Amino acid sequence: MAINPNDPKVEIARRTRRSFMVLGGGAVAGLAGWAALNRRGAEGDIPPALRSILGFNERVVRGALYSNDHLVRTYPESAIGNIKVNADYGLDDDIEDADWRLAVTPYGSSQPSARLTMADLRALPRVEEIIDFKCVEGWSTVTKFTGARLSDFTAKFAPGSEKAECVGMKTPNEEYYVGLDMPSALHPQTLLAYEMNGKPLEPGHGAPLRLAIPVKYGIKNIKRIGSIEYTDTRPADYWAEQGYDWYAGL
Amino acid sequence: MNTLEEKHKLATRWFHWINFPILSLMIFSGLLIYWSYDPYNIGIGSLTAIHMFPDWFYNVTHIDHKLAYGMALHFFIAWIFALNGIAYVVYTVVSGEWRELAPEAKSFGEALQVMKHDLGLKVPMPPQGRYNAAQRITYSAIIVMGGLSLLSGLAIYKPAQLHWLTALMGGYEWARWEHFWLTMGYVGFFAIHIAQVIRAGWANFRSMVCGYDVVEVEGSHGD
Repeated sequence: MAINPNDPKVEIARRTRRSFMVLGGGAVAGLAGWAALNRRGAEGDIPPALRSILGFNERVVRGALYSNDHLVRTYPESAIGNIKVNADYGLDDDIEDADWRLAVTPYGSSQPSARLTMADLRALPRVEEIIDFKCVEGWSTVTKFTGARLSDFTAKFAPGSEKAECVGMKTPNEEYYVGLDMPSALHPQTLLAYEMNGKPLEPGHGAPLRLAIPVKYGIKNIKRIGSIEYTDTRPADYWAEQGYDWYAGL
Repeated sequence: MNTLEEKHKLATRWFHWINFPILSLMIFSGLLIYWSYDPYNIGIGSLTAIHMFPDWFYNVTHIDHKLAYGMALHFFIAWIFALNGIAYVVYTVVSGEWRELAPEAKSFGEALQVMKHDLGLKVPMPPQGRYNAAQRITYSAIIVMGGLSLLSGLAIYKPAQLHWLTALMGGYEWARWEHFWLTMGYVGFFAIHIAQVIRAGWANFRSMVCGYDVVEVEGSHGD
């Protein structure tokens, strides 16, 4: 029997062949894309392709979404939970709280212009906020922080430094460090906190001074701040070096 | 007399076969994220039947300690998942294809009949168009779930900048709960979907790839 090209059986065989070839080609292209996406970069970091996508997401969020008028939700005292000490990176130095000083390097300087005491910090307007502290791991705990706005701090101790792109903070032993974009640093709910849940900060929570920045994940809320620097280049960030998003904004 | 009958539009097939690996990667990267804080259980009250997930699951899958990679992957693939899903919904509405898909008033009663038939009871299949009543309900539900996954995901991703959305989802913790159980819903759907596809046989599967099936035309006088 001659093959009739209009025979539906022939036609569907032709269509099936063609479609499965397209599907197979798509699968091969997809696997090639997957391999390119996962091409490894620096030790301990995520693949460079994913890193650049995090950068793209940051530009989208900062361009289209972020505003310092967007305040995080605040809670009543009754909602406060019992926040755990999740990590102690950079906290194992031997400096007594009385000897603690905060080194401030303003925008454009290479050396600290001031070494502040807690009395200097307490002289700034005292702000209290009860916010939901969000860990990058996924848990969150409603927590009260009391301290000075980083924006007030900057205006008083590093005037003009608001023009910088970034703020970098380190523990006194420089073992833990974070980098922040300036808008998030100047957010009205970003505090240099000296009290937590109505009591002076405990050592595990970053005594005598820590950052409370509810527009970021917990990894940016550095404990026991030893130095603050205003700069245009992105400061090193402990967890960004371990593969996390440098921006880490909420 | 046989003839070719179009079963699935070209666009629908593209959306479907793009979505399959993309949703799989969303679930995979989602598990990498979920591992670092895994509070959910199946149980009644304080009685836990199954912890999500048991240790053996983590041991077998090796999804532990990959949070940073999981987040970066999730926030990339999410773009493709969202764009493909939105394009599909727009196509389905604009083309009028939604009429073949959306449940009708009678679908809910008929779906029970379809289920009985599929479970081997001697119940005839109700007459249907492209999709039977159970498919209309399930496939439509999956699309709604996809939208909810996108919204609850954004609510977790930017709870400060999208605080209104997070509030709409019932708050941060509820959004994460919804996001998780929607995902478990996809896993359940996938299991049943694969079983049904295997049962329906090769011609049905082929039609989802090439779009056509060979059908008998009754009362045709040939050429």
